[in-house]
Amino acid sequence: MAKAKLPAVEGWFTMSPSENTLRPIGADPVALIGTRCEQSGTYFFPPERVMSRAPGFAASELVEVELSTRGRLWSYTDAQYQPPEPFEAPTDPYQPFCLAAVELETEKLVVLGQVVAGVGIDDLRVGMEMELVLGTLYEDEDTEYTMWKWRPVAADTARGEA
Amino acid sequence: MSTEQVAEQVAEQVAVLGVGMHPWGKWGRNFVEYGVAAAQDALADAGIDWRDVGFVAGADTMRNGYPGYVAGATFAQALGWTGIPVTSSYGACASGAMALDAARQRILSGMCEVALVVGADTTPKGFLKPNKGERGDDPDWLRFRLLGMTNPAYFAMWARRRIDLFGASSDDFAQVKIKNARHGIDNPYARYRKLVTAEDVAKSPTVSSPLRLLDICATSDGGAAVVLTSMEYAKKHLSTSAGSGDPLVRVAAISTVTPTFPNTILEMPNFATDSAAGIAQPDRGFKQAIGDAAYAQAGVGPDDVDVAEVYDLSTALELDWYEDLGFCGVGEAEKLLRDGATSLGGRLPVNLSGGLACFGEAVPAQALAQVCELTWQLRGTAQGALAEDAKVGITANQGLFGHGSSVILTR
Repeated sequence: MAKAKLPAVEGWFTMSPSENTLRPIGADPVALIGTRCEQSGTYFFPPERVMSRAPGFAASELVEVELSTRGRLWSYTDAQYQPPEPFEAPTDPYQPFCLAAVELETEKLVVLGQVVAGVGIDDLRVGMEMELVLGTLYEDEDTEYTMWKWRPVAADTARGEA
Repeated sequence: MSTEQVAEQVAEQVAVLGVGMHPWGKWGRNFVEYGVAAAQDALADAGIDWRDVGFVAGADTMRNGYPGYVAGATFAQALGWTGIPVTSSYGACASGAMALDAARQRILSGMCEVALVVGADTTPKGFLKPNKGERGDDPDWLRFRLLGMTNPAYFAMWARRRIDLFGASSDDFAQVKIKNARHGIDNPYARYRKLVTAEDVAKSPTVSSPLRLLDICATSDGGAAVVLTSMEYAKKHLSTSAGSGDPLVRVAAISTVTPTFPNTILEMPNFATDSAAGIAQPDRGFKQAIGDAAYAQAGVGPDDVDVAEVYDLSTALELDWYEDLGFCGVGEAEKLLRDGATSLGGRLPVNLSGGLACFGEAVPAQALAQVCELTWQLRGTAQGALAEDAKVGITANQGLFGHGSSVILTR
């Protein structure tokens, strides 16, 4: 029996994004859920649901929105050593992974995420185009905990290898 | 009254009469012991009896249970209850400066003449990690759980920007470590007192690319304390007691500003920056604003600074501070370093104590340790590397959850 897929965090992303979201090739789609302050036009991620944090806009309505699923790499690094608890290593022995900070053009904010397995530091550079895909954070006996991950947009990767 | 007028009235109205530290290390003893030792040294340095202190301010530690959350009272009890008012501050890496500011405010308001400020920590080995338990609404817990983002991973993100935007190299970063190791080699309070070569840095394992183990500061045990008094009290005290004859050091500024929305630089422990859609980002970023506020309060600028202690959580971060504090233009820090301007004998030596590179971080003590070091530099009594005739010194640090501080001392 297939394992149940549960988001590793509730309410921060959706595994069934709206129809007009760009679909990644060969990967399950995902979109981050943010909120937009209606009066100031600013965005919040993780979604702010209490009140707008834009000073002077406390009375503004917060509207839930899906954020752009593509952006430019703002910076990146990797984790050569296993991070401490409460991190759950998906593999034993531990496999280092990359981390990306990606700038979304419309929302004008930078969002962190792990980079998909198989992409190394040398495959990344500031400014390259990245896309969001659904990945697995870790699994237990009957559940796969899903998480958003970043990966270089395919064409960009190909150019790097040429 | 305008902000400038207020600043003019508070600048240089409070004296640093005494400072003291417990050596940094991995001693594994109760943090209270380090704080008490530092406090005793600061009181002796000031020539003041504990019973004459009118206010005590503690900088909290989050890693030592309840006594750490109420550090002011913990140290007051250990020194012997005297019935004085107390406060305890927590502001991550800025905790010491926040406690110092609380003490300064008491003195400026005329509610006390002598205040003691103490910070100390005992740290576990390895990565700093969040408190235990399932805490799904705490970003500091979630960033480890969902991303595996350690503190060095954030430092590495900032370091990578220097490489990809300004053409900095790993060797530039190593040169910061080499400089600070050289500075700290004779500092009796430093934990690491050993020269480091470029080869040592290059051979140390990568923790989070591009940063290697020797680019990243360790976590340490340590304690630091400062005795602040009103100027009037300091002058009277020095004229009547057997003063050392060292110049009197004054507090010209304490900046503990918060970021301005939208803060578009990625900060620990956040998952994202604020958004600049809708509301334009401020002209000056958060780290720049920390220094700006201190300069405005003191009525001095970067050109007036003779000596600086900045937070080198990573080697690359020290370079960021050169630019954020206005020592050079954006993208010019590597040149400033390579020209020797920030080394002993240069026009603006940075981290003569050896910095975090030689100390390792003892969070609540660190901002106070920076003040201790500058006091010794301005008095001309630092036991290790000593700047020549320094009159103005600045500290800077930044930590989790929108905290940062800068202190300017003058003589």
